[in-house]
Amino acid sequence: MISITVNGQHHDIDADPNMPLLWVLRDILGLTGTKFGCGAAQCGACTVHLNGEAVRSCVTKINRAAGQNIVTIEGLSDNNNHPLQLAWNEISVPQCGYCQSGQIMSAAVLLRENPNPTDQDIDDAMSGNICRCGTYQRIRSAIHKAAAMQPEGAKL
Amino acid sequence: METNAISRRNFLRTSSLAGTALCLGFYFPANAKKEQLMSAATADQLGFEFNAWMRIDTDGKVTLTDHRAEMGQGSYQSVPQIIAEELEVDLKDVNIIFAIGDPTKYGSQITGGSSTIRGSYKRLLKLSATAREMLITAAAAKWNVAASECYAESGNVVHKPTGKKFHYGELVTDASKLTPPTEVKLKNIADYKLIRKPLNRMDTPMKTNGVAIFGLDKKVPGMVYAAVERSPRLRGKIKSFDDAAALKVPGVKQVFKIQMLVFNTTRDGVVVIADSTWAAMQGRKALHIEWDDTGFDHINTADIYKAHEELLQKEEGLSFKKQGDPDSILAKADKKIDVIYQTPYQAHAAMEPLNCVASYQPDKIEIWGPIQAPDWVQGDIAGKFKMPKEKVIVNMTFLGGGFGRKAFLDYTYEAVAISKEIGAPVQVVWTREDDIRQGPYRAGISYRGQGSLENGEISALKFKMAGQNIDHWNGPARGHANESTAEGFLKPYYDSIKNISFADVPYEMPLPNMWWRSVYASTNGFAYESFINEMAVLAGQDQLEFRRKYLKEERCQQLIDRLEEVSGWKSRKKNEGYGVAITECFDSTVGQVVKVSRKPDGKVKIDQVWAVMDCGWYVNPDIIRAQVEGSIVMALGAATIHEITFKDGLVEQHNFYDYLMPRMSDMPPVEVHIMENTADAGGVGEPGLPPFSPALTDAIYDLTGKRVRKLPFNMNTI
Repeated sequence: MISITVNGQHHDIDADPNMPLLWVLRDILGLTGTKFGCGAAQCGACTVHLNGEAVRSCVTKINRAAGQNIVTIEGLSDNNNHPLQLAWNEISVPQCGYCQSGQIMSAAVLLRENPNPTDQDIDDAMSGNICRCGTYQRIRSAIHKAAAMQPEGAKL
Repeated sequence: METNAISRRNFLRTSSLAGTALCLGFYFPANAKKEQLMSAATADQLGFEFNAWMRIDTDGKVTLTDHRAEMGQGSYQSVPQIIAEELEVDLKDVNIIFAIGDPTKYGSQITGGSSTIRGSYKRLLKLSATAREMLITAAAAKWNVAASECYAESGNVVHKPTGKKFHYGELVTDASKLTPPTEVKLKNIADYKLIRKPLNRMDTPMKTNGVAIFGLDKKVPGMVYAAVERSPRLRGKIKSFDDAAALKVPGVKQVFKIQMLVFNTTRDGVVVIADSTWAAMQGRKALHIEWDDTGFDHINTADIYKAHEELLQKEEGLSFKKQGDPDSILAKADKKIDVIYQTPYQAHAAMEPLNCVASYQPDKIEIWGPIQAPDWVQGDIAGKFKMPKEKVIVNMTFLGGGFGRKAFLDYTYEAVAISKEIGAPVQVVWTREDDIRQGPYRAGISYRGQGSLENGEISALKFKMAGQNIDHWNGPARGHANESTAEGFLKPYYDSIKNISFADVPYEMPLPNMWWRSVYASTNGFAYESFINEMAVLAGQDQLEFRRKYLKEERCQQLIDRLEEVSGWKSRKKNEGYGVAITECFDSTVGQVVKVSRKPDGKVKIDQVWAVMDCGWYVNPDIIRAQVEGSIVMALGAATIHEITFKDGLVEQHNFYDYLMPRMSDMPPVEVHIMENTADAGGVGEPGLPPFSPALTDAIYDLTGKRVRKLPFNMNTI
């Protein structure tokens, strides 16, 4: 049994210790908001927070997450009201939407570390996340908008 | 007798609907030219299976059906946005469901060719206006007043003189018993409250909190997971396989051989069934398989393009279009060019890898998945598994991208075959490597352009293309030119250029290929519009002015004016490269101007892209802008970042580490403008793609004097 905390809830997981966190979340806990895109830490669709850090859950063995705190897209906010989620909705960022959980989870760490990111900061922090629909321009605008919504963020 | 029995059964079922809901839909008879609009009650009288496109319940709840796949292009928003307009309901009061695959109820459902809106908007407007008029008629009868004194607004019918109103829910029982009127008046565009407005997409909230269900997220009771190791080469057979190690992987339940159908060929594979996706993937890795691939040519990419070039030099090919006598003019001309353009093979690489949930039962087959063509899947599965069509239920989930790949029938067939074998529901999950390495691909195509000038005017144009034809799976010999030979090329050129020809030089190759976003226009557009730019240079004329001279049609002239204005074309500065291209795709015309400059380190960068879209009648300008932005990113990747190559018959790329994608830092600023007119609707999801690469390479020529004729090319080494 491996104990993990996901979105504030404690779980005892009976699984191969080498199973990536991605498949534990999706197939065992039924949290399907975290997506499988490449299985090789190349696309960022599976990004979750492990003790507050953005990690690629497709290559993070469940063993490594033992006893730790995980937040997935389902647990990012209570009511889809994280500034990033609000900004994503206001700007209509998603097209197919498949990569967007990962985009938002990566952006959330960026905003926490850097409440007022420049375009270059966004390029650096978000270049690990692929969007095949090509929503990058809107992701950039939405991150700036979300930054402005935060109390400590700069106003647009 | 039998007809009566069916009719009675329908009567019982639909009449229970008739009392409680107003349902309207269409019936598409297989052999009739025109569909019929009907209510549940009418369908019952005629003995038709009925499924409502729109349903209003007695509590006023409106349920609209999106008959097309939602793969990012916005049908989930634009179809309801059309219906709600004429029905006079607020979108927030509307519930949206995806249709199941059934062409007799929804007509064509194949979500391709940018056809969702252009193919059905007139029908949807009529459907919703009809329902509105039936509700008004029912209200007028209840009040005993003239229908002309009543109007509909926000889900109510209002009696104008008195201000009395009925909520739609209060009217559906009466309205459902009416015969739908054959003629209804549609609103004027000036009166639209929803259509042509940049409304936020209703699927966004569920795509920002993990709630949206994509194919891979679908779970059904008793479902197991499957991973399949398929032959790395098409037509590969299994010589032998050893499953001992795979069966030892914890969670693995079963291993067996399967055959997937790829067009008219087959591909062998070994299936691993397990209790989780991960266990199935681990089991798959533990398999030892010996392949027999003697049935397949061991192809190399360089040989493909060498063969294209030889064909283009030697063969005249199959004529697609010819006017005047370009050959004799070219032979005599002094001022002429003769060049080759080449475009690469491309994978679709949708973010959601292929997957499908299938449940085979002796009397019923049900499928859930990211499916672009539920009607085709229904027909395909019914035929191959000898099941009546109505017993094959194809459910669409949200699609994590499609781009043409998810309109193919291999993965759905394979999932049903696996479910049948194990006697349980199963989810088959493809990996990114499967997605990149198995195809089908956009075919790489080579073009030869020949053109001549006389007194600064184009005297002749001659184009030939050589590459695999998507149709070649339908039979060994075609005998006629690819019908898409000139796709992308603007038709008004034919009026102003007297001597012009297009030919297709057949080139056969057993690599699996199929449509990829914007299909042939994605490669044709690069060749033909690059060539127009080269002719402008040869003539010593401005590329935009040159086009203005040849594209005399009014909408083209307006588009050119707009492009010139928004891009600041005339006020370009020294050390800035400007390029332009205009292409047609699925009844829409898009022009793009790309501006490039050199960075301090000497590398070329894209400063800005301006796009002007003329798609005629449209629904949601923000979705159009988003689609053009995305099309440009996809074109950027295909022009400058990735390609599929073959060595010894094997694909050389594997995953996003060697099939690279444009990323945030590659994104140029994109500005999209939409032409305002009321011509018939054109496509939106694809037409923004083809003009980008010729506009980009033209801008690079303008800046550097280097003409790029082979894609992809490296921006860093220009």
